[in-house]
Amino acid sequence: MPTKMNIKLLHDEYKKALIRKRRQVLFFQMLIFLLFFALWELSSRLKWIDPLIFSSPSKIWDLFLSFMTDGSLPSHISTTLFETILGFLIGTGAGVIFAAILWWSPFLSKVLDPYLVIFNAMPKVALGPIFIVILGPNMTSIITMGAIIAVIITTIVVYSSFRNVDPNYVKVLQTFGATRFQCFWEAILPSSFPTIISSLKVNVGLAWVGVIVGEFLVSKQGLGYLIIYGFQVFNFTLVLLSLLIIALFATLMYKGVEWLEKKLIKSNE
Amino acid sequence: MDVLQIQNISHVYFSQKTTTTALLDVSLSAKKGEFISIIGPSGCGKTTLLSIMAGLISPTKGDVFIDGEPVQFGNRKTGYMLQQDYLFPWKTIEENALLGLKLSNKLNEENKMKTIVLLNKMGLTNVEKMYPKQLSGGMRQRVSLVRTLATDPKLLLLDEPFSALDFQTKLKLEELVFNTLKQFQKTAVLVTHDIGEAIAMSDRIYLLSNGPGTIHEIFDVPEKIRNRSPLEARSQPEYNVLFQRIWKELESLANKDEY
Repeated sequence: MPTKMNIKLLHDEYKKALIRKRRQVLFFQMLIFLLFFALWELSSRLKWIDPLIFSSPSKIWDLFLSFMTDGSLPSHISTTLFETILGFLIGTGAGVIFAAILWWSPFLSKVLDPYLVIFNAMPKVALGPIFIVILGPNMTSIITMGAIIAVIITTIVVYSSFRNVDPNYVKVLQTFGATRFQCFWEAILPSSFPTIISSLKVNVGLAWVGVIVGEFLVSKQGLGYLIIYGFQVFNFTLVLLSLLIIALFATLMYKGVEWLEKKLIKSNE
Repeated sequence: MDVLQIQNISHVYFSQKTTTTALLDVSLSAKKGEFISIIGPSGCGKTTLLSIMAGLISPTKGDVFIDGEPVQFGNRKTGYMLQQDYLFPWKTIEENALLGLKLSNKLNEENKMKTIVLLNKMGLTNVEKMYPKQLSGGMRQRVSLVRTLATDPKLLLLDEPFSALDFQTKLKLEELVFNTLKQFQKTAVLVTHDIGEAIAMSDRIYLLSNGPGTIHEIFDVPEKIRNRSPLEARSQPEYNVLFQRIWKELESLANKDEY
């Protein structure tokens, strides 16, 4: 049976080509990563760039090790991580709840529409000093910053997805005599899960911005504090170390949301 | 006694600039076990009339009685079947079929068993744990029928439920719906623009004219067709006679519209 043999062979070749392609992509990704740090180290040692400002990977690594051994870095990281995750959850949760309230009362949503636009356009970090005065220079203010930065955009995006749910689903429920809450719970909310998840992804980034700026202002603890402290004492190795750690944990959080998305959408199918 | 009684219904839609009279002085009724159809050109207010019967919108003027009681918003006496199945994609077939019972707090083991039996009767076996995506269009519309029948409605409202299906599936489903309704002695109102479907399935046909929607003519379907299933009815000579009559009336309405 020559044809059968051919198909199997072709399929194997196809699979091999796929793997080859994937390896090529991975190879170049690693190459860029290594080249970046190698070039950084090299240009810093050869003084192509100012080592005082741009530091170098080896200096950052040394600082990392010494900070890890005296235990101060883990406490800064856990502070910032705690604030970010809490701010992210509160911001997203409150946004979804506000969207539900707006959906519940069309009158309220009409009344509040211009205020939402104004509040959304305004840079929320500018409110930072006011929070610190009201709530005190502590973790509460920072978490509030992380939450407030995401809440309005979440409200707007999720509310518009609530409104775009096919009205026939609500009609089906109404013909069974469903209450407004049942319509929300059975049709509106579950159909909006994809939108809520994608706003989670945006909010991961936003929460980091809010928390880091909050730590700049409060200047007590956390990675944002390390950045501002390093800047003031002109220790740019410390600034860059904090930046790299933030990049790492922000990516991990984003991946976490992606994992959640996969799980939720899987159960949808 | 009439299961459905509609007395002098008029309905007007308002917008900022215009008012549109969708229905004007419509009266009709149906006895227990009767199947009536409403046909007419598009925009004659068929769906509005059905929504009023279901208690989804209240008419500007007039009254609707089901089993002698006036219809109110959110009543639970009618079952409504839409053009598409509108099964909830994140619920299993079983959850979808039981939705109406759950919403009206009538979900118990007995009703649940009844619904599963009904699913099986419709030729849907071993699909309870599947999701709507995994079923064909005809199967999904059957689930939708089960969902509607599960709450044991006094009156069934069918809003072009076969129009989105291919012809073969449509004929089979017509047959199934007809037999099921006859078996359970259900009263039903079908909205359609398929003349053949209206004749094959119903006891009486109301032809609505448009702008505003009023009852233009009432056709009684001959006994010979009425007693036969939709598929057999289509092969009766009386079927074609009635088809031609209704067709001409519909044409005259359409022509009136053009000039």
